[in-house]
Amino acid sequence: MDKKTLLIAGILVIALALVIRMFFLQIIDDKYKVNAANNALLYQTKYPARGEIYDRNNNTLVGNRTTYDIMVTPRDLQEFDTVDFCNTFHADINSVRRKLKNYRENRRKIGYQSFTFIKQVSAKDYTLFAEKQYKFPGFYAIGRTARVYPYNAGASLYGYINEADSAYLANNPEYRRGDYVGITGIEKSYEDVLRGKKGYNVMVRDVHNRVRQSFMEGKYDIEAEPGKDLVASIDGELQAYGERLMQNKVGSIVAIEPQTGEILAIVSAPGLTIEDLNNIRKEYSRLATDPYKPMFNRAVMSAYPPGSVFKTVNALIAQQNGVIKPETRFSCTRGFYYGGGKMGCHGHPSPLDLKQSIMMSCNAYYAQTFRAMMKDPNHQPISNAFNHWKEQVNKFGFGVKLGSDFPSELAGTLPSTKTYDKIHGKGRWSAYNILSLAIGQGEVGATPLQIANLAAIIANRGYYIIPHLIKNAPDSARRQKYTEKHYVGVDEEHFGPVIEGMYLSVNAPAGTGGTSWRARVEGINVCGKTGTAQNPHGKDNSVFMCFAPMENPKIAVCVYLENAGAGGSWAAPVASLIVEKYLNREVKRKEFEEAIIQTNLKQFVPVKKRR
Amino acid sequence: MGYYERSQARRVDMGLVLSYLILVLFGWMNIYSAVYSEEHSFILDFSQRYGLQFIWILISIGVAIFILYIINPGNYAPISPFLYIGMLLLLAAVIFLGREVNGSKSWFFIGSFGFQPAEFSKITTSLLLAYVMSQWNFSLSNRKEAIRAALVVLLPILLIVLEKETGSALVYLGLILVFYMEGLSGWVIILGLSLIAIFIITMAGSPLAAVVTAISAAALLRFAFSRKRVWFFTAIPVIVLMCFIPSLSNLRSEVWALILFIPHTVLWIKDLFTGKENRPSFFLLLSLLSAVILTFSVNFIFTKVLQPHQRARIENLFGITEDLQGIGYNVHQSKIAIGSGGLLGKGFLNGTQTKYNFVPEQSTDFIFCTVGEEWGFVGSLLLLAVYIFLITRIIHLASRQSDAFARIYGYCVASIFLMHVVINIGMTMGLLPVIGIPLPFLSYGGSGMVSFTILLFIFIRLDMERQMREN
Repeated sequence: MDKKTLLIAGILVIALALVIRMFFLQIIDDKYKVNAANNALLYQTKYPARGEIYDRNNNTLVGNRTTYDIMVTPRDLQEFDTVDFCNTFHADINSVRRKLKNYRENRRKIGYQSFTFIKQVSAKDYTLFAEKQYKFPGFYAIGRTARVYPYNAGASLYGYINEADSAYLANNPEYRRGDYVGITGIEKSYEDVLRGKKGYNVMVRDVHNRVRQSFMEGKYDIEAEPGKDLVASIDGELQAYGERLMQNKVGSIVAIEPQTGEILAIVSAPGLTIEDLNNIRKEYSRLATDPYKPMFNRAVMSAYPPGSVFKTVNALIAQQNGVIKPETRFSCTRGFYYGGGKMGCHGHPSPLDLKQSIMMSCNAYYAQTFRAMMKDPNHQPISNAFNHWKEQVNKFGFGVKLGSDFPSELAGTLPSTKTYDKIHGKGRWSAYNILSLAIGQGEVGATPLQIANLAAIIANRGYYIIPHLIKNAPDSARRQKYTEKHYVGVDEEHFGPVIEGMYLSVNAPAGTGGTSWRARVEGINVCGKTGTAQNPHGKDNSVFMCFAPMENPKIAVCVYLENAGAGGSWAAPVASLIVEKYLNREVKRKEFEEAIIQTNLKQFVPVKKRR
Repeated sequence: MGYYERSQARRVDMGLVLSYLILVLFGWMNIYSAVYSEEHSFILDFSQRYGLQFIWILISIGVAIFILYIINPGNYAPISPFLYIGMLLLLAAVIFLGREVNGSKSWFFIGSFGFQPAEFSKITTSLLLAYVMSQWNFSLSNRKEAIRAALVVLLPILLIVLEKETGSALVYLGLILVFYMEGLSGWVIILGLSLIAIFIITMAGSPLAAVVTAISAAALLRFAFSRKRVWFFTAIPVIVLMCFIPSLSNLRSEVWALILFIPHTVLWIKDLFTGKENRPSFFLLLSLLSAVILTFSVNFIFTKVLQPHQRARIENLFGITEDLQGIGYNVHQSKIAIGSGGLLGKGFLNGTQTKYNFVPEQSTDFIFCTVGEEWGFVGSLLLLAVYIFLITRIIHLASRQSDAFARIYGYCVASIFLMHVVINIGMTMGLLPVIGIPLPFLSYGGSGMVSFTILLFIFIRLDMERQMREN
């Protein structure tokens, strides 16, 4: 073979290789034909309306209004009147030009992708755009829903929605860029229910890439499935009222319906406003750096010392353990004295029995009760007694997460023997070292939700249902979770004296020593317990829990006010207004109400300056 | 028209001219189809690429006639050094003065018209190479002369690589075929091809796969050149065994390469002492050795020498990284377009993939997609047949030239066309990495159109000269 023949043979071999490849691509492999068809199809997403949220009386708490996102397919863009476009949408011409320039520069990378060009255009602007859409080839609008909030309240509760960010997309492959997702509150914990299901229209482009028409007359289109509506246990009126009362105060209100565990109102002040929610993207950094931390939901996240309201827990457990009886009396000489120490108390008659100790909130009584529990001969040494006590307290929902449908709920704090071993050394601590637990001080921390739940337990005489916000969770697991009764392990008979004490605390004749008299509501038998919790930063915290009416409790309330002083002075009246509002639907004490609203307790709250 | 001109016209090789016209017209149709839209459907709309291409086609035909009937073909050889040097200066100048297009600085712009010196330097390089190699005392066995000829090719390559127009530089490597036709041993080409094959196998498979393949090939070649059947019987079981080794052991592939290398070394030493067959064996040993070295240097070359975008293209070709939206987008879409054509294609102007501009660079480097989609397997096959006819016809005519300059120039033209056609079509079908070079006479672009025309028609004119002498 001469070189020429070899060369030509070589060329033919190479050509043959190309032909074989062509043959495979064009004749054998069908994959590319299918892909080609897919290339020509356009899947236009149809977004579902997000589920709405109603309150317990079927008033809308979170509704929807239609807005439009203006989308752009850069590949389809042609020259258009930018000024006209910007006027239609009140858009900044420079940012529009910047975007267009960016599309031009990246046109190869972008290909046929579409992007959101302007978000949440009002229906009015959309109508304007629709009229002259023909002037702006490449732009089109898709309907989206935006949230509306008819009550100017509950913002912290509902939480906000936002476009899913990259991190979220990475963990949740079923979401696409541009999808909205609940970030906090109910929007987050019920995201799966509220979101609904996206649908799409299958469109086809013709050979000239101009007309878009429905593919196979919409045979393969899928309708969007709207999200399911939720019925919240919240009473919209009460929620709004609670927020009004909490103006210029720092703290929380939690109101629960005892028999069902349904949360009627949950206020954290200062909190998010509806205004903030609507502009969350703009307001976010201001909210995040606000020294009063409006994004922090105190009602479920703050571990406050519960103060004297905790005495009821000790009263119940001590009775159950047989350490005290309703008739047990302890004397109090303005406090309780022990080896070199003293737990102070205020002036009141002495000695007191159990119900009087609740009514007058005697510290000495509970110091001795608690000491007796720690020295219970059935549970020795003290670490056993302590663990036994702790177990019982846990059953009341303290020191553990209650498991509400609030995504950010925290457990509060309850010390363990280890805590004290660390402070005092193993085996080197006695009942006296931990005596402050008797009166809800020291190492115990409870959220207002837990305290309200305690009020519900007492109202129910022995059980609670996990406090929750949503009445109609569609899945049976959640439904079961929020109907199940949790018994606290204290017999019903032991609740009588405690309830009586709480009743007297509110309703005993003036001058007989009841600490909660400011919580009185005419015509309603309120049972309450004050708490004054020491706060290392400034004035004492004012705590109050109550339920009403005594005979058939419909509402259990906890009010916790930071740095407001004695529990009877501020938290009790706020709670009384909540009770009155809920049970009577109307507050008659207008002047009193106005005075509470106007009171500024925020001024006593020391603020740590950030940075 | 006088007698002289008519007789000249008769001597023009009609095969070449006809294939040229077919390609140019077919190309124009496909550009029209690729750019076509209802708003701009008039084929002579000069605001569109097909309109502009029509102008370039007219200019090219004018240039062709000028070359055929005006320029004295005797001038090419003596002025080739000056043309070559002038073009080198342009190639160098464009590095500093050119405008950057798609990452490479290889374009001069005069108004809105671009001009790419690298396209034209193929002509001057071919002319000078033909001139240098056609000197009466030239011989490739003379080292000095060989180096001088090699330099003619290497200088423009160097400048073009500096322009970051690696694709065009690659085309010049095809000129090795000219050296082959003019006396270079075929082993060099085989060696070069094996190196490329090994690079590909290493990238697509593993270093071990490459070593096994190289050794197997060497063993088979050894058999082919051997008269002793005994080697055949040793080679086959060894190859079979080696195929299983990777799955049998966890040893690093480098270790296996060494172990497998030993028998061949032993055989070679034996050959050396017996004095038989040591020429092919020596060569095999060398190629084997380079194969092993290359296998292990592939990683180095890949990560250190290649540019990131070139790496990405190669990784994509071998499916190391699947990135259909990014770097793999072009090829993926191009394969879809070609594949969707089927046997007979969708018909002129009916390609959907083409119309929607799914394939970037549709009318330039990826024009073959339009052919594949609208004309199908049959159309693509016929197009390839025309190219192969053109190239083999040039080789055939060149080999018949009595004049060494015309002969060598012809080989140059054939090699350049071959490289363009194979690389371009291979790239659009995902056989080769994305190397942006045009398909001769089909791709949109003035520089390419005119320069390919000049390249071809100088040869046709030189061939006319032969026919006239023969008559």
